[in-house]
Amino acid sequence: MSNRVINLLVPIISIILGLLVGAVVMLFSGYNPINGYIALWNGVFEDSYAIGETIRQISPYILAGLAVAFAFRTGLFNIGVEGQLIVGWFAAAYVGVTFELPAIIHIPFALLAAAAAGALWGLVPGLLKAKFGVHEVIVTIMMNYIALHSVNALIKTVSGGNYKTDPIKETASLRSEFLANLTDFSTLHYGILVALAMVVVMWFILEKTKTGFELKSVGFNDHASQYAGMNVNKNIVLSMVISGAFAGLGGAMEALGTFGYMATLAGFTGIGFDGIAVALLGANTPLGVIFGASLFGSLKYGAGNMPNAAGIPIEIVSIVIALIIFFVASGYIIRVGLQRMNKKKGAK
Amino acid sequence: MEYVIEMLNIRKEFGNFVANDNITLQLEKGEIHALLGENGAGKSTLMNVLFGLYQPEGGEIRVRGKKTDITDPNVANNLGIGMVHQHFMLVENLTVTENIILGNEPKKRGMLNIKDSAKKVAEISKLYGLDVDPYAKIEDISVGMQQRVEILKTLYRGAEILIFDEPTASLTPQEIEELIGIMRKLITEGKSIILITHKLQEIMDVSDRVTVIRKGKGIGTVITVETNPEKLATLMVGRQVTFKTEKGPSHPTEEILHIENLVVEDYRGIEKVKGLNLSVRKGEIVGIAGIDGNGQSELIEAITGLRKVKSGKIKLNSKDITGKHPREITESGLGHIPQDRHKHGLVLDFSVGYNAALQSYYQKPYSNKGIMNYKIVAEKANKIIQTYDVRTQGEHEPARALSGGNQQKLIIGREVDRNPDLLIAALPTRGLDVGAIEFIHKKLIEQRDNGKAVLLISYELDEVMNISDRIAVIYDGKIVDTVSPTETTEQQLGLLMAGQEKEEFVGAATNDVVLKEGDDRDVK
Repeated sequence: MSNRVINLLVPIISIILGLLVGAVVMLFSGYNPINGYIALWNGVFEDSYAIGETIRQISPYILAGLAVAFAFRTGLFNIGVEGQLIVGWFAAAYVGVTFELPAIIHIPFALLAAAAAGALWGLVPGLLKAKFGVHEVIVTIMMNYIALHSVNALIKTVSGGNYKTDPIKETASLRSEFLANLTDFSTLHYGILVALAMVVVMWFILEKTKTGFELKSVGFNDHASQYAGMNVNKNIVLSMVISGAFAGLGGAMEALGTFGYMATLAGFTGIGFDGIAVALLGANTPLGVIFGASLFGSLKYGAGNMPNAAGIPIEIVSIVIALIIFFVASGYIIRVGLQRMNKKKGAK
Repeated sequence: MEYVIEMLNIRKEFGNFVANDNITLQLEKGEIHALLGENGAGKSTLMNVLFGLYQPEGGEIRVRGKKTDITDPNVANNLGIGMVHQHFMLVENLTVTENIILGNEPKKRGMLNIKDSAKKVAEISKLYGLDVDPYAKIEDISVGMQQRVEILKTLYRGAEILIFDEPTASLTPQEIEELIGIMRKLITEGKSIILITHKLQEIMDVSDRVTVIRKGKGIGTVITVETNPEKLATLMVGRQVTFKTEKGPSHPTEEILHIENLVVEDYRGIEKVKGLNLSVRKGEIVGIAGIDGNGQSELIEAITGLRKVKSGKIKLNSKDITGKHPREITESGLGHIPQDRHKHGLVLDFSVGYNAALQSYYQKPYSNKGIMNYKIVAEKANKIIQTYDVRTQGEHEPARALSGGNQQKLIIGREVDRNPDLLIAALPTRGLDVGAIEFIHKKLIEQRDNGKAVLLISYELDEVMNISDRIAVIYDGKIVDTVSPTETTEQQLGLLMAGQEKEEFVGAATNDVVLKEGDDRDVK
């Protein structure tokens, strides 16, 4: 077995194992796993509507994944994607509601506002890490809470005591009649194009620019980078800022596309935290993030169909989805297993 | 003859990699048996097999004639096999006795009983002439003494067979001599010794027989008195090696590096460089000789801008570079082969090509307006790979996959290629085998012959004596003397390194002659 074959087999075997164990769980809980999985499949692929909704779900996951992956490549663990996404969501909604501008300016302006808000939320832990050596994990976690409750308060303020903002202006919306018609009136919007463009942006920064060279170098070995005359602290801050901007754009997807407004949040959206898993599944590469986000988005959206179509309670569904992701993430174990088998065969 | 240890046709594999292929080592009772091989030849693997850390895929181990499976280090301990590690495994703020009983503390009615142990330690120390105070704290005793504590530890636990792993790496010549005396004493008391080393002279000095391994294969065992260093080197490397690098006289011109009253603190805020003065001229190699920890690291870090200077002045090319940013200093004409190549020299997860560009990636033509030109980076990398004989599968290979010698060649290629006026080479050959050492020494001398300056920092006296045109001896954060390598013996140098005044040793007269001309200004 060549490395190439192993690389291909690992995700396939992981998913199959995850499905099998998920099936066992459903079986023991007294539900029919075949019906369950058919419902999951249909939830994702049944018709153009389902496909549209699934793709819509994938967009913020891509951006959250990019945010985590980008920081990771510079050796930083950005747990604050959730908070950066929330402030981005609010900033985009605010610009979308407040300003009267032609679409060609309004949409980019709203997107930029979201990116800037996320970047600002990433700047704080970046600065604290660079200047005072405060660990970014602690700061980003705390920044999440600050984001959640500040934004909830801000929503009340700007809406005059309401629990949600006014709907954004048409001119700021990413919604598209064309895409909606194509997918049987799903909420699919142009956000997916923004997300894919950002995938290219991340790839370009990392692989083509001088800044990318420095960011990666600092991520792998800050001592050698400093010795080579790079400004390690500057790179730490920059990495957190770019990471936060990606996350902020993830929030813009919800504001300008999916919802068209922002409502006070009872708790975290979870997208930012899932972004960590998305990035790790994708090995922190831009292309890998698309794969990870697609898996997450599909399972999350498709799972919604399981209680309705197969009568499986949402709690069991959550366990099954978690198991599948767990096995994909454990690809390393499967890889080692395959290599062992390979070696034994070779020895004979 | 009676063998205490026989390792017969040992084979150890890691995946597809064969680390030990059919190696046989037979240790006679009461002999010093040297194990010689290049880096990565498989010496450590073989010893780890003997120590029970690895299980061999083939071959057998016999202890005192009986076939034995050494399944873990405890088994090895019980068989009387003890290891004196290269990096001492001692707790700094505990006493000698406490360190020795650590992990196996004797108890009296549930209470720790140090007294009896200390008595036993003192007895063993006396028996083997180790001269160790059982109640001394580790942090208060010298490196040589710490090593004796390691030896005591194995003896205390009843070792009959002692493995010494590169024991002389951090010792002064005097300490090495004392160690050799101790090893002889151990032999006369009936112990047997395996000595792991790649220093040929040591082998000639102390060992009875030598087993050579090359690239994981057992080459054979020779009797020391029937061989010589040249033959051993040829056996080890597989080709002829020259020891003394050929070089002509130096022609130093104007001063390139000038250091005045430099004071530098280490990371704990303790002064390590205490008013140091040094001058290096174009066209010469100045070697800094000294024992590890006398301020060398802090000195280099201060020159290169990696550490803050507390006071004093550093001038490069008559430009004040004190406290400047590393990149500014580099651009003022400094090249630096760092002491720790993994930590500072390379980004191990980067490719060979990226590493080749690590110091120049931000300049044209490697990048332009913030966009990298990786095609030109690759071209440069390939040039360095060729010129400096970096053995790699190509510029795409991660630097991590290269052997130590080739990693070092890559760094030297990168630094020399920028043609710096001053090249700082810190322990440039540490851990490398004779073949790579030869190459690196040649490159340093070439640099000198091109009218550039080289500042060599090394703990290896041979290297300092061999390569330098002038030797500045560092002790306790100061340059205590500057001598000529041709007019100084290793003994004298060793005494200077240990902080002895020049008058204290015989042969001071020869040194006075050396300290004339441009040299005396270095020793203000």
